Amino acid sequence: MNISLTPSQTVGPFFNFCLTAGKNCVSTIAGPEAKGERVHLTCRVFDGDGLPLDDAMIEIWQADAAGKYKHPDDPRAGTADPACSGFGRMGTRRDGSCEFETIKPGRVPGPHNSLQAPHLNLAVFGRGLLKQLYTRVYFFGDAGNQEDPVLNLVPKNRRETLMALLSSDGRWRFDIHLQGETETVFFDV
Amino acid sequence: MQLKNGSKAVITPYHRPQPGSQPDSLYEPYKSTIRRAPSQPLVFLPHTLSEITGPLYAGSELAETDNDLTRQHPGEPLGERIIVSGRVLDDNGRPVPHTLIEIWQANAAGRYAHAGDQHPAPLDPNFTGAGRTLTDENGAYQFVTIKPGAYPWLNHYNAWRPAHIHLSIFGRAFITRLVTQMYFPGDPLFALDPIFQSIPDEKARQRLVSRFDLETTRPQWGLGYKFDIVLRGPQATPFEGIA
Ligand SMILES: [Fe+3]
Repeated sequence: MNISLTPSQTVGPFFNFCLTAGKNCVSTIAGPEAKGERVHLTCRVFDGDGLPLDDAMIEIWQADAAGKYKHPDDPRAGTADPACSGFGRMGTRRDGSCEFETIKPGRVPGPHNSLQAPHLNLAVFGRGLLKQLYTRVYFFGDAGNQEDPVLNLVPKNRRETLMALLSSDGRWRFDIHLQGETETVFFDV
Repeated sequence: MQLKNGSKAVITPYHRPQPGSQPDSLYEPYKSTIRRAPSQPLVFLPHTLSEITGPLYAGSELAETDNDLTRQHPGEPLGERIIVSGRVLDDNGRPVPHTLIEIWQANAAGRYAHAGDQHPAPLDPNFTGAGRTLTDENGAYQFVTIKPGAYPWLNHYNAWRPAHIHLSIFGRAFITRLVTQMYFPGDPLFALDPIFQSIPDEKARQRLVSRFDLETTRPQWGLGYKFDIVLRGPQATPFEGIA
């Protein structure tokens, strides 16, 4: 590489009339016709004082129910589910939350013939975040979690910060703590 | 990696950002980072299919006036018309074609069309300040807009942001995603702005300053500014599997 990168700058507090307004607000990652187990996901974002961020933005990128990404660098993209776009983007509300409609992704190939556990790739943007923070959403209780090559890079006592939890109303919940005792694991990608 | 149908996928990891080219999450002079920056070290993640793929085209079809912010309302906005153009490249120098660029900004008076903006400067009924476009096959893009005004913020006493346009670019992969800000040459507020100063490397910082361009300046109409954007690119040699 020889050209230096353009630096990141914060998205600031006033992005929503552009990035998350009208059609640019994408809560449906996979439509009703998409194959796979339906997932209603609520994400919430909190700062180091435990206060909700009402001015954050969350983006999600995920595979379809067969673990295929709709992207030319996935050799199986041609047979990816057309009803699963794989992309979502929402601004957070006053209580720090936003909601996505999707399906549980399949297992994506990992290094050394491994299979990754079902996961969503998630990026958090916001005022006070000079660059986006990357994390992953796994599904608590999934059999694949034990052998997931990425989870295994994370110290055991912090892995549960990457787990979405199924609540009694059938929704999956994923809380993102930017700091503090339950600080979410963020990845250097 | 071995795929189910027996074909092998080659993973080409992306370059990591050069040291100093990106801000750290914590930069205390920018106060909002103090309670929002992670305090634990990031976990190094070797790139898998999940990182090197990403949304290629987010959202809706583009309308004709999407990249001309001066023609989105019945009347003409107030302020100095400008033409902002440039190319999106990767760090190997290759163009990034057909990628979505979104921009948003304050109006000429330094006020955003956002309910949360409390700056007592006038709104302009003929200017929203949001635009989008796709790069062409050579990675080139262009916007027509109004030069935004500087505006005050509450970070510290008498804090003012240098005039800037916010940009969001997707690139080819989820990890090439970039949100940044473009500034204007010679702004006296650079030295006083913690968001601009958060970038450790002086040369990298200057990448955020557009340059005046006579060639794209339209006679009797408006000034041209050039702003090239460099995203992370794939490593030269693809390899199979990841350590
Ligand atoms: Fe701004």
